[in-house]
Amino acid sequence: MLGLEKKDVTLLAVVALLAFAAPFILNPFPEGSEMAQFNAGYPDLMQRFVIFGIFAIGYNILFGLTGYLSFGHAAFLGVGSYSAVWMFKLLSMNVIPAIILSIIVAGLFSLVIGFVSLRRSGIYFSILTLAFAQMSFNLAYSVLTPITNGETGLQLTLNDPRILGASTGADGSIPVTSLFGIEMRSTYEMHAGAWLFQFNAGYYVCAIILVAAFYLAMRIFRSPFGLMLRAVKTNQTRLNYTGLNARPYTLAAFVISGMYAGLAGGLMASMDPLAGADRMQWTASGEVVLMTILGGTGTLLGPVLGAGFIKYFENIFSKINDNVLHGWFAALPDGLEDTLVFIVHPFVGKGWNMTLGLMFMAVVIFLPGGLMEGGQRLAKLFRKKDKPSGDDSEHHPKQAPHVAE
Amino acid sequence: MGILEVKGVNKRFGGLQALSNVNLSVQENTVHAIIGPNGAGKSTLLNCLVGKLIPDTGSVMFDGQSVLGRKPHEINQMGISRVFQTPEIFGDLTVLENVLIPCFARRDGAFRLHAFETVSAEKEMMDKAMQMLEDVNMVSKRHMHSASMSRGDKRRLEMAMCLVQEPRLLLLDEPTAGMARADTNNTIDLLKEIKEKRDITMAIIEHDMHVVFSLADRITVLAQGTPLVEDTPENIKGHPKVREAYLGEAA
Repeated sequence: MLGLEKKDVTLLAVVALLAFAAPFILNPFPEGSEMAQFNAGYPDLMQRFVIFGIFAIGYNILFGLTGYLSFGHAAFLGVGSYSAVWMFKLLSMNVIPAIILSIIVAGLFSLVIGFVSLRRSGIYFSILTLAFAQMSFNLAYSVLTPITNGETGLQLTLNDPRILGASTGADGSIPVTSLFGIEMRSTYEMHAGAWLFQFNAGYYVCAIILVAAFYLAMRIFRSPFGLMLRAVKTNQTRLNYTGLNARPYTLAAFVISGMYAGLAGGLMASMDPLAGADRMQWTASGEVVLMTILGGTGTLLGPVLGAGFIKYFENIFSKINDNVLHGWFAALPDGLEDTLVFIVHPFVGKGWNMTLGLMFMAVVIFLPGGLMEGGQRLAKLFRKKDKPSGDDSEHHPKQAPHVAE
Repeated sequence: MGILEVKGVNKRFGGLQALSNVNLSVQENTVHAIIGPNGAGKSTLLNCLVGKLIPDTGSVMFDGQSVLGRKPHEINQMGISRVFQTPEIFGDLTVLENVLIPCFARRDGAFRLHAFETVSAEKEMMDKAMQMLEDVNMVSKRHMHSASMSRGDKRRLEMAMCLVQEPRLLLLDEPTAGMARADTNNTIDLLKEIKEKRDITMAIIEHDMHVVFSLADRITVLAQGTPLVEDTPENIKGHPKVREAYLGEAA
């Protein structure tokens, strides 16, 4: 089915199910309860999960398959965002042309940067990509102000031409992004008992694109092209003496992952039509590296999980402040309460980075294969309990784990 | 006219004349061994044949075409495959994937963006790779992580990766270096089998005389960058110049 093996169809179905049912899955706690602050099922955050998931899936095609650690992918995300906003300013508020343009522009941009950077490998490649990204960031911040609107960021105004749409909305305000009339911000709220589920049009556009992006990545992983990319990662010398030049393969992977980043940037602007230079900063480039490594480099599902994890921490843990902590520990005696709050304080609220950092260290040290390896180990543990004997490992060579399981 | 013709090749590294006026002619469907003491320029010569080094002067013709100035991957596509001193395989991949890559490389010839085909659905390539694995007795190991295999198996796999491309000339750089006796004998058997079953020309660089004399049809002796003699194994064995070069005996 769909040119995939059965196992992959299952994986794709799971991803689709998770994406489409996210408003339920991410809202397990009833409205108004103590735990409601851990709910992540609101449109803004869900959109971010999915958009960064797309970004990480694309990044993983480069880093996971070829092993080339790019440290400048946020530049493509930023370029995608600017392109999309320009499309909203000049053409119409429809998101389709905006997203298409952002993919094309990011693709061209990554072709240029990749062509230069891929002359080197290893750390030199990383530094070159970082240099290009910082250059793009600084240009966007200062010199290119006519295109990027500098530090204010590119925004929509009432004077934009929008040749295929209207400069102003029906009520005289700036029009909103839409897909053939469906406004991206429109949300259907469903009250079920104490629970509130929100179904946002923009989120579902992102989710559909995520599933498509995931499917595409899956096809690439299983294709001869994907096999060659993995060959590049393990032994370029052998690949050369096997009759293939590694450069075009790495460049293709770089451009594909750049286009994924452009798509993510375009979607970001489609959900909220503004673009700032800080989207291109090196911290943003580093974030996608963290997402991929945290989830599991070279696996299909890993980067999506990693993106979800980091965004969850960024948005949920950062909201826990001292008042909330005192609320949690209120039942305890005063002295103990203050002590506990004092201990927990550095790890939540503004200290969410610390928790994330510790978690990242733990994953890298104990689970070098990321969260996916953790999952696999758990699964193996349970399988062993099911059938304790009959496994004649000595007479069967160890089966190599297929990449991307 | 041999399939490989090396004429007047010189190569200098700074003050060291690594190769001086090397002439070599490898005939089709023979095994040609190049022997010589350490520092004789054997590896330099081989690197000049595969495009890793470019000779200062001279010509290297393969099947009537010059290989000079071409990149290693282009030379491979002309029909020259190379086995390294330490097996160069795709260690992170399985044995089957290792053999599939050269199959695709030969089919495609150069970069192709086959991003929407599925490897496991490419029946022709799969059959070819499986057939090759059968020929080298590695079918049962096809799902093994290739880096975790023994040195002998890695060598066997590397040979399979070269042979599946059906090269016209197979270059072997000390194929038994650092191997245990049993692995060496296995490798000799494998090479003999290849020689009998396939129309293939081989050029072997080797230290181990046991290997050389059990395989080669012709032997060239290199010393200090110059070919001393070229003859059949029988004649080489008793040649005074060879003994001099190897043992330092006064002739």
